[in-house]
Amino acid sequence: MEKKVREPGAPVVQFALLDDILNLARANSLWPMTFGLACCAIEMMAAGASRFDLDRIGAGVFRPSPRQSDVMIVAGTIAKKMAPVIQMLWDQMPNPKWCIAMGNCSISGGPFAYEEQYAIVPGAHLIVPVDIVIPGCPPRPEALIQGLLALEDKITKGEGRNLLRRFKRVSGGVN
Amino acid sequence: MSEGLLGSEWFRLILGLLIVLAFSQLNALFLVWLERKVAGHLQLRPGPMEVGPHGLLQTIADGVKLVGKELILPFKADRKLFFLAPVMVFMPVLVGFLVLPFSRGLIIRDMNVGVLLVFAFSTITVLAILTGGWASNNKYALLGAVRSVAQNVAYEIPLLLAVLSVVLVVHSLSFAKIVEYQKTVWFIFLQPLAGLIYLIAATAETNRAPFDIPEAESELVAGFHTEYSGMGFGLFFLAEYTNMFIVCAVATSLFFGGWNGLFGISLGIPGVFWFLLKTYFLIFVIMWVRWTFPRVRFDQLMNFSWKVMIPLSLANIVITAIVVKII
Ligand code: SF4
Repeated sequence: MEKKVREPGAPVVQFALLDDILNLARANSLWPMTFGLACCAIEMMAAGASRFDLDRIGAGVFRPSPRQSDVMIVAGTIAKKMAPVIQMLWDQMPNPKWCIAMGNCSISGGPFAYEEQYAIVPGAHLIVPVDIVIPGCPPRPEALIQGLLALEDKITKGEGRNLLRRFKRVSGGVN
Repeated sequence: MSEGLLGSEWFRLILGLLIVLAFSQLNALFLVWLERKVAGHLQLRPGPMEVGPHGLLQTIADGVKLVGKELILPFKADRKLFFLAPVMVFMPVLVGFLVLPFSRGLIIRDMNVGVLLVFAFSTITVLAILTGGWASNNKYALLGAVRSVAQNVAYEIPLLLAVLSVVLVVHSLSFAKIVEYQKTVWFIFLQPLAGLIYLIAATAETNRAPFDIPEAESELVAGFHTEYSGMGFGLFFLAEYTNMFIVCAVATSLFFGGWNGLFGISLGIPGVFWFLLKTYFLIFVIMWVRWTFPRVRFDQLMNFSWKVMIPLSLANIVITAIVVKII
């Protein structure tokens, strides 16, 4: 079991069974925000299209409005000018919400992080709380799917508790 | 209370209401799943697959998730109207179920103004959309709402004119009478133009692509429901699909013979199945259209209604009136 951290906005009184059911539903319907920053976003689009099809695991409903999305996929380089916008989008999303940092740029600045650089924010974790990181430049769509599955396992607190899932992930993940 | 509780009017009404509520929810859940499956298969991908067999539990997971989401009231939004709009959008579509002729005896209430009632109440949906867009206090939501009103005003006219040409032939506004009239020949064969105009206008009325400019993602974020989170958005979503069912059910009973089989051949299948079969086929066609055609531009949309559909439906109604008079 992970250590329990109270999310901002989470209820103080919690009911275990209800929580489990809600988490199961949340994990299986992660709606990402239609939002990309740089080259990694192209891979995100590919993951949503026919060949990889995020919709199979219920994560293909890319919502245009942050009010209706559950997960923000920070896909690409975070320019200094873009950082406040990303923060605002994050604030506009209703709880519970998650963030995936996709690609080296949003993990640590990637190829643009050198000494005395002035243009980018080296890492999405500096502006929003990141749940899952997906390394790669760019990560392949399979990697994004792997990351989403890992996020699902994080939400249900362990792969074994995701009762709706009908397959096993080969490796990795919480639990 | 002479005829007892079971036969009383109130009991029938409450039972009808409960059945309608349950049916509309289940139907909406099924339609959302169907939409995603149709979209998937039209784009050479499987659609929802892993949550339940063939993704059948997907929409239930979505629904539970939406209930569990935080409801955000935007800063400076109109509190009362903001929460009233999603409720208001769902109410009129329920009223529509009252007069739908599922089968010969299976109408909750066969009113002699049934057709009028459905279309009168369906306009409340537009009002709800306008309320929602206005109360959100967001420029995109307001623009989406205004577009929705303009579009609905433009398409209500050909829709009603198309329906009127059917009514002129039958001399009745009751659904049961209209369906009874199509025992041998469906109205789509007698009034092909009216049927086509009805289907196009109905697609626009329910804000479906290619006429979904009130929620055009590429221009307006998410249109009138930009600011709605959680179940507020969920209700708009459910209402859209229930509305789609109503529109297609009305099309079935007005143009596709309702509970009658093709050319009077019913093959011994009960009328309800004919009715539902045709309705769901029409819904499938509307989904098919959505995932095939790109979204039209706003001026194209308005021009198409005012310059093509309205003159055509007017001409159709005049010709129908003359023919009915002569025969
Ligand atoms: S990680 Fe690589 S592919 Fe992704 S945005 Fe940065 S430079 Fe582009």
